[in-house]
Amino acid sequence: MRWLHKLSMQLRMLFFRGKEDARLNDELRFHLEQQIAENIAAGMSAEDARHAALRLFGNPTALRDQTRETWNWNWLEQLWRDIRYGARTLARTPGFSIIAIVVMALGIGANVALMTVVRSVLLKPLPFKDTDRLVRLYEADSHGAFQDNVVAGGTFAAWKTQARSFDDMAITQRIDYNLSGAGGQLPELADAYTASWNLLPLLGVQPAVGRNFMSSDDRPNAAAVVMLSWGLWKRRYGGDRGIVGKSILLDARPYTVIGILPAWFTYPDAKVQLWTALYHEKPPWLMQLYVAHNFDVVARLKPGVSIQQATAELSAIQAQIRRQFPDGPVNDAANIRPMLEAEVLSVKTGLYVVFAATGCLLLIACLNVANLLVARSAARRRETAIRSALGGSRARLIRERLIESLILSFAGGAIGLFFASLILHWLVSARDDIPRADAIHIDGVVLLFTLGIMLACGFFAGLIPAMSSNDRQILKTLHESSRSFSGGRGSTRLRQLLLALEVGLTVMLLIGAGLLLKSYRQLRSVDLGCATSHVLTMDINLPKVEYDTAAKRVSFFEQLQERVRQLPGVLGAGLSTVLPGKGRMRDDVFTIPEHPPLPRGQVLDASTRFVDPGYFQAMQIPLLQGRLLRPDERYARALSVVVSESLAREYFPGENPIGKHIVPELGEGNPSYAIVGVVGDTLEDLSMPAFQTIYYPLYVGTERSAMLAVRTANDPTAIAIPVQKVIAGLDRNLPVANVLTMDQIIGQSTVNESFDTKLLLAFAVLSLVLAAVGLFGVLSYIVAQRTTEIGVRIALGAQRKQVLKLMLLDGLRPAIAGLVIGVAASVGASRLLESLLFGTHPFDPIVFIAVCGILLVIAALACAMPAWKASRVDPMQALRTE
Amino acid sequence: MGKPSDLVQGTLDLLILKTLSLEAKHGWAIAKRIQQVSGDVLQVQQGSLYPALHRLEQQGWIKARWAESETGRQAKFYSLTAAGRKQLEAETANWNRLSEAINIVVQEA
Repeated sequence: MRWLHKLSMQLRMLFFRGKEDARLNDELRFHLEQQIAENIAAGMSAEDARHAALRLFGNPTALRDQTRETWNWNWLEQLWRDIRYGARTLARTPGFSIIAIVVMALGIGANVALMTVVRSVLLKPLPFKDTDRLVRLYEADSHGAFQDNVVAGGTFAAWKTQARSFDDMAITQRIDYNLSGAGGQLPELADAYTASWNLLPLLGVQPAVGRNFMSSDDRPNAAAVVMLSWGLWKRRYGGDRGIVGKSILLDARPYTVIGILPAWFTYPDAKVQLWTALYHEKPPWLMQLYVAHNFDVVARLKPGVSIQQATAELSAIQAQIRRQFPDGPVNDAANIRPMLEAEVLSVKTGLYVVFAATGCLLLIACLNVANLLVARSAARRRETAIRSALGGSRARLIRERLIESLILSFAGGAIGLFFASLILHWLVSARDDIPRADAIHIDGVVLLFTLGIMLACGFFAGLIPAMSSNDRQILKTLHESSRSFSGGRGSTRLRQLLLALEVGLTVMLLIGAGLLLKSYRQLRSVDLGCATSHVLTMDINLPKVEYDTAAKRVSFFEQLQERVRQLPGVLGAGLSTVLPGKGRMRDDVFTIPEHPPLPRGQVLDASTRFVDPGYFQAMQIPLLQGRLLRPDERYARALSVVVSESLAREYFPGENPIGKHIVPELGEGNPSYAIVGVVGDTLEDLSMPAFQTIYYPLYVGTERSAMLAVRTANDPTAIAIPVQKVIAGLDRNLPVANVLTMDQIIGQSTVNESFDTKLLLAFAVLSLVLAAVGLFGVLSYIVAQRTTEIGVRIALGAQRKQVLKLMLLDGLRPAIAGLVIGVAASVGASRLLESLLFGTHPFDPIVFIAVCGILLVIAALACAMPAWKASRVDPMQALRTE
Repeated sequence: MGKPSDLVQGTLDLLILKTLSLEAKHGWAIAKRIQQVSGDVLQVQQGSLYPALHRLEQQGWIKARWAESETGRQAKFYSLTAAGRKQLEAETANWNRLSEAINIVVQEA
């Protein structure tokens, strides 16, 4: 009962505070009136009676305050009052407040944005049921040469029948389809996934409309069926439910739409438009091979089975497969990663590095604000001392300081949150290649994090100056501040320490950014081995049904390159199944009949490309030996190949490769190809060394997809429309995709690096500015404090040059200390960057020296102005100011 | 009349509770009553009565109600709650123990 009473009391005190206040006044007044009445009755005059009553009663205002203190919620009232005071004090120095708030906003905004990205992309579970049991399976090498190889169809079949650690296991592959329109819609090349029927049930995904795949759909002889993504359904079919059960054309073959996936399902990313059944799409012989590594495997662990146990079991199965097939590229181990980790592997390190950089930026921002507050509290020492002398408690003064800095950090945080939403908006549109980019949102947890940051920053920036203001020596302070000698050494030293830390962090950021920048430049300056400027490329995909013979395919490709070559402004045109810079895409093992057989288990491997005869000339890939492919080498007569320099060096050391033969294991037949020429190396990936490559004749007629490269005299993008018209002239229904210049392809393949570099560089520059502002502020403050002293020195005959030197050294000392701290810390931190660096040593001396140089120059510039001002002090003026 | 003794720390609560155990009173009357009963020995510093009253009210030991005073003016009357009565017993017992103990020490010495 008593707690109920207490609660009602508390509520009354909270919500009827004004009324209770009035009542208290009334109560006290009643008491006084009674006393006065009694005194008058005792014969005093009205005036005397009043005074006597007050004497007996005490100070009514103080008593009212004491009484109010017994009420609950009094702390709330005091807090509110302190906030009002704090806001008013800050408003009186708007320059300081705005700088501090902006600094905080930048620091907090960057952190909230990165926290949102890290949380949404790296930490938040995938939106599937029991995600902690979802894993990705890879083939691996027991010697640890590689861990994350894609899986062969036969391997998957063996795992699925033999492994006991999994509830279910599904196989999938990215693919694209030529989606052509029924009602005059434009054809388009649609990103798609083909997966075994059980993938969606395994993930726990139910279609929004229609039905899931069934095992009966997932067979070579089943009727062709397709599921549409929500996005494609809305965009292309206007969200019409009637589409379910109808046919659409994929690669010119009819597929029946069986279902629409829900809007939230954007796995693996939002670009995927279609899903088909894998065992219907892929030939059965391919799904039995152990050597053709093509597929991703997703599985669900049985409850209670750990990843280690499952890996052990899977590796044992895989080792058994290897014993069965000791020849060819068959792996002997397996690797398992949690599904989320597997999805974000490519961006993880970069994101964490950028996140660490924002952390540094925030620390710098806090140090800067703390620094400003120390200066401010030094300027207010006199006020503080007077208040202490009048009985203001230390706790009370510290609380006011803290509240001031909390106001700054909360205002900064609110603006920072706004910054963060802008940054995120930009980020999501600029980096749609980040896995799960569509899941990036500011949510409740991030808001809590923001609140935490704001509190932490407020306390951090507020406590340092608050603790440093020593009001024990009130008298000394009053003395000092009444005659401006160079006092306050303590707070100057504190500011210098803060500055040194700030400079140290800045140096770390600068070195990190410098290393990434150098690595990025290295990457971009890598020679791809072929023409890259003024080259336009596009992907062409001939539909299986209409181009069912080698003759049709070859005649299309031949006409295409002939006509494109005749366009004005075109210097060359060539076709290849894979262009440089587009990645590996396909490699096959082969044997060299002229060489003795290899020991069991060893294979020769090379990248496989099919090119038309004019390709090398068009892409300016130099012929080093022998001859190029000839146009008359086609179909059964196409038995010549050209190899890359690295292949000749690797597999024909010290002998002439020309005239030797290559027998690729392409599946059936295995014809023997004669090497007729050697060409220069091209890179598949900018960050990788050249890989040995075999160029087969495109005119053998087996390939349906190719990339067209057109080298032009002028702006390559201007040729895009004429080329597309040529293609439409050959086949009106043929879509082209990825119309990109070679420079854009290079840009795409380095987007991660360029992004990390730019972001880190931006943070580093920002922190450099903050550090410079800090240095400038501290030295200006020291100069202002020591004006009298400097005046005396000059009056006594000190040279202006000496004064300049003295002051410069004063300012540079913390900068140099910070530099040393920063360089030492960077030696540790750059190790963490190592995996992101390309062709750059983590202790790259040029970067370290350049950063030190830049920092010293900036520090000297920041100090020069106040130091120069100090040397210009007029002694008379300085002495008279006091 | 000699200088009134300062109240022993913490005994004000006991005095207030005891005074209110008979009937509801307003602040001024409580001060007067304590003074009278103690024969002017105990003089409550009138102001300090109010923080104590409000504290007891927040604790739920006494409750307040506005009513007309003898002079016809509205005044705040305090009275004991059930919890306050228990508290009074506890504090009285406590006080008796304490004062007896002090008595023994003072007489022995």
